[in-house]
Amino acid sequence: MVKSMNLNRINWWAVFWGGLGLAYFFVPLYGTFDFSLRIVKGELSFLAYEKVFSDPRFLSSFRYSATMGVITVIVSVLLFVPTTYWIHLRLPRLRPVMGMITLLPFIIPAIVFVFGLIRTFSREPFLLTRTTFTTDILITAGYVIVTMPYMFRAIDVGMGTIDIRTLTEAAQSLGANWFQVLFRVIFPNLRIAILSGALITFATVVGELILADFLVRPALGPYMVNINQTKLYEPAALGILSFGFTWICLGLIQFFSRGRANQQLTGR
Amino acid sequence: MAPKTETRLARLSGRSWSSLWDWVGVAPFFIFILFFLVLPSTGLFAGAFQDAKGNFTFDNILGLFTPYIIKAYRTSLQVSLITSLVGGVFGFFVAYAVTIGNAPRWMRNVVVTFSGLAANFGGVPLAFAFIATMGRTGFITAFFKNICYAEASGQVCPFDPYKHGFSLYSVLGLTLAYTYFQFPLMVLIITPALDGLKREWREASENLGASAWQYWWHIGLPILWPSILGAIILLFGSAFGAYATAQALTGGSILLVTIVIGQQIRGDVLGDANLGYALALGMVVIMGLSIAVGTFLQSRTTRWLKA
Repeated sequence: MVKSMNLNRINWWAVFWGGLGLAYFFVPLYGTFDFSLRIVKGELSFLAYEKVFSDPRFLSSFRYSATMGVITVIVSVLLFVPTTYWIHLRLPRLRPVMGMITLLPFIIPAIVFVFGLIRTFSREPFLLTRTTFTTDILITAGYVIVTMPYMFRAIDVGMGTIDIRTLTEAAQSLGANWFQVLFRVIFPNLRIAILSGALITFATVVGELILADFLVRPALGPYMVNINQTKLYEPAALGILSFGFTWICLGLIQFFSRGRANQQLTGR
Repeated sequence: MAPKTETRLARLSGRSWSSLWDWVGVAPFFIFILFFLVLPSTGLFAGAFQDAKGNFTFDNILGLFTPYIIKAYRTSLQVSLITSLVGGVFGFFVAYAVTIGNAPRWMRNVVVTFSGLAANFGGVPLAFAFIATMGRTGFITAFFKNICYAEASGQVCPFDPYKHGFSLYSVLGLTLAYTYFQFPLMVLIITPALDGLKREWREASENLGASAWQYWWHIGLPILWPSILGAIILLFGSAFGAYATAQALTGGSILLVTIVIGQQIRGDVLGDANLGYALALGMVVIMGLSIAVGTFLQSRTTRWLKA
């Protein structure tokens, strides 16, 4: 009797903590939004947003980051889908090793990682930082490393949900070669896992600061740090836009996988 | 006899060929890792044990024990410990509220969705949000400044936080900003564990006359302990390695280890490249140690749980 009454009563202790959590979420968000509208004294306007979108440096840095995001996704998918497939099919004992290697970016902070990249690749025999093209190759490789915990986990989980052995044998008995098995059977069956890994990777690369800043590439992260030093209201508008961007990416993952997207995206 | 041996030989060689072929399949990945992760890291860490001419030395490691560098490590550890504990405890209570706490259903949905978002909302934009909210001209700062009352001497506005020792561009401000992604991360990790606490355990302990405190101290927390510990270590690591938020928020005026490394990359502020490598090595050692200690404690408690 007492128990069932307990269930229906509102637990004010719980409401207090839940409310405090929601306040911590929403107050900075509301404060930022409110602030971003006050660029013109005495009235509310979207002028700060207009200024952001009409700044050619914003557009070019966003274009650069988005391009690098797409390239990183392609390289990462082409690297991780075949490898993970092969490990599930032929070398299952390597799976824990692979899991550990792909977690290394959590142990090696991004700032330490970029330090190492600069030290190794700014001198012979692997000089890559001399031209912008080779630096872009280096930064892509860096992005693939930094995002691999998310990409590998997404694909590893996806690979576990489909019966790759049966699919492979069926395709081979129909005369498919390895290339066809991979690209016409495994890839299409994994599209949801690949898509969530790709979205997380893309969002991470677009918001990334450390690699782009220290390898001196014109990406969105360095642009945002720069505008923070010269402008007051535009950064607030950019903060709201970034929040919206993260929301869209996570929303898409949730929509496609109908699950919880509980991974972390951004480098800090 | 002879044919049998032959088939075995054929099978053996076939097997070794196919196992070689197995390894060829994963070669691209391992070459990539070797080239872009192992080589840069080992190069850096080897540099920590070399002098400018490339000779082996411990001087760089000993050089870490200078007041400037010790202070940087202390600040980093302080910020990471405080934010992981504050974020952990706060996140635990919020998760408790929306799971077994029976908070309204809509509250659970909003909290879980926003935790996913906020845990991913870091870096420079997070700094922007806190500057716009609690910076010198921010939303909350302005709100407090406008709380005024009239007195004989004229109007008094006593609540300007920046005149009472508060500053966003300080360790306190950094802690507030980091908590924005720390506690949602805790909510995400601990919610499934809290959902896993069976109602029967609570009922059984209540039937045996246990108080709520006794239930949590003797049953709830010991069961949750491995998850809590794992979560706290993750929070610690995500704060310890953070650079972007601190750089954008304070412009590098708070010397965390990550900030010092950043300045070293830009222009050798330590005056010794190899000392910079030792600084970086120290970070990785601390990260590795925290994970090792966490795994050790976790394995002890889970073993105890199984027994």
